[in-house]
Amino acid sequence: MITLQNINKSYQTGNNSLHVLKGINLHVEAGEMVSIMGSSGSGKSTLLNILGLLDSYDDGAYYLDGQLMREMSETKAAQLRNKFLGFVFQSFNLISFKNAMENVALPLYYQGVPRRKRNKLAMEYLERVGLVPWAEHLPSELSGGQKQRLAIARALISQPKVILADEPTGALDSVTSYEVLELFQQINKSGITIIIVTHENDIAHKTQRIIRLHDGKINSDEKNGKIEVLTEEAFELKSNTR
Amino acid sequence: MFDRDRWQEIWSSLAKNKVRTLLTAFGVFWGIFMLMVMLGSGNGLKNGVTQGMGDMATNSVFMWTRPTTIPYEGLPRNRRFNYRNDDIQALKDNIPEIGLVSPRLEGGGRRSGNNVTRDDKAGAFSVFGDYPEWNLIDPSNMIMGRFINMNDIEQKRKVAVIGKRVYEILFEKDENPLGKYIRINGIYFQVVGVFTPKNMNMNFGGDKEQSIHLPFTTLQKAFNYGDIVGWFAITSKGTLPVSIVEEKASKLLRERHKVSPDDNRAIGSFNLDKEFRQMTGLFAGINALIWVVGIGTLLAGVIGISNIMLVIVKERTREIGIMRALGASPAKVIAQIVTESVVLTTIAGYTGLVIGVFIMEMIDKNLPEPSGQETMFLHPTIDFQVAITSLLILVVSGVIAGLIPARRAVSVKPIDALRYE
Repeated sequence: MITLQNINKSYQTGNNSLHVLKGINLHVEAGEMVSIMGSSGSGKSTLLNILGLLDSYDDGAYYLDGQLMREMSETKAAQLRNKFLGFVFQSFNLISFKNAMENVALPLYYQGVPRRKRNKLAMEYLERVGLVPWAEHLPSELSGGQKQRLAIARALISQPKVILADEPTGALDSVTSYEVLELFQQINKSGITIIIVTHENDIAHKTQRIIRLHDGKINSDEKNGKIEVLTEEAFELKSNTR
Repeated sequence: MFDRDRWQEIWSSLAKNKVRTLLTAFGVFWGIFMLMVMLGSGNGLKNGVTQGMGDMATNSVFMWTRPTTIPYEGLPRNRRFNYRNDDIQALKDNIPEIGLVSPRLEGGGRRSGNNVTRDDKAGAFSVFGDYPEWNLIDPSNMIMGRFINMNDIEQKRKVAVIGKRVYEILFEKDENPLGKYIRINGIYFQVVGVFTPKNMNMNFGGDKEQSIHLPFTTLQKAFNYGDIVGWFAITSKGTLPVSIVEEKASKLLRERHKVSPDDNRAIGSFNLDKEFRQMTGLFAGINALIWVVGIGTLLAGVIGISNIMLVIVKERTREIGIMRALGASPAKVIAQIVTESVVLTTIAGYTGLVIGVFIMEMIDKNLPEPSGQETMFLHPTIDFQVAITSLLILVVSGVIAGLIPARRAVSVKPIDALRYE
């Protein structure tokens, strides 16, 4: 699904050049659930932005679903993002003046799907994340966990091949973090590739493969032997806090 | 265009800071409002002045005599002379460019007190001797009876065509004046017509409604003028320029009256065409000035809108970043921001347009109807076409005002927009 060959990226700040990614080689199969870890400044967010076609790279090659992603216009990039990719952000990034349903339907709006049809689809996805009763609420009226579930529903509605999540649990407490992760695992089971950037070990350990970045290079790339499927333990934890 | 999400977005971004939006909109409102008021006033001035000389034959020149300034053929300078009846035929015969010749003679007396009486009523009025052609050069509305005709001229009939005010003074209300007699400087004339002037602003000594037309020949004979002609009103044929007629007639009259060919002072003339063109030029100038000032004011308003749109776009950087991450193409973002600016400009401008037009209409309604008096201001209204043009200008300026901020919005990389705090 995703192939990176010797990706390099540096930022120019004044006269200094900051070399952020120093030759990344990576292959992610379709249907994998991967986490990217690393300390701050290790280049993990930059990598995710390049994967998400939000940023360009200096040299190397990036293949998404067999297509080379290079030197494309912003219009083309917007189209590909809309079609292939779903985004989940740490700060949710919901549109404040649109209600939950409209937020979920937004990617379809950019595809030109008629309002009635996209709202109907949006309701289906709200049902999948359990937010139907909040369909008419504005994001400011939702809790953190609800907001992130809403963002996930929005990422899903365009039926992307890959979901890119940038610290999706960074702003959530542990219980809601597990809820969100459980949701990711469910989505992954339906065949969608998921890439999560995180610095939390327990989150990373619930994915199939952990890639550790250090100083712009891949430090380790290991299959996670014992994937912690969300177990009774987690649900116990949840019920305890209630 | 009629897509709910787009309007929702426009509304939410404009309503975020209502006072700011309102103040910005006021700039454009004021620009268009001022443009409308100024255009209306300009129109009013133009209508007032041109209405006052509406049906006047503009291809006419008026020629009179003045004392000579150069001695010529043994005659001294400062010699006074008069045009004569045979000049009429000479003009017609020698200058093929001439359309109409209308000799005139003013029978004095008005300045020396009441010169016209009827029974116990009396008034001081201007008395003119005229040919029927006069009514083609400076037309009047005949509200009763007729103007002077050729039979009156040939038979030297003692008939009079009187102005409306003359009628009101000398006759009872609703009295039929036709066939009745009035006394002018001691001689009785039969009234055959009553008129109101069509060209209030073109006066030849006094208010036209207070003047009387007699047949030219009758006046010459009755008041002992011999074959003297007071002055000529001459028009050019068709669309020929009247200045040719003016030049040729002046030359001919100088020859016939032994005036030096270099004596430009001796023949007085007034070229209406030249005056008219000067006036048209003046109005064109006023109009151009109005547009320059109006568009300038409007431009200031539009620049205000562009500025505010820049601020709005900056405030929404992150939001726009999210939308682009979700697949909004740059074209879509630009269209959104431009629509926003066009909506703001058009609503503000349209309000200014409607209020401006409304105020000018109200002024028009409350303006007194023009009577026989001189008018300087009439129907200060705005052409429909001009209003439509202004609306078009508004929409176009809205697009321009939106384009700069919109380009700014998409020039930021989506990732930088997402990180923007």
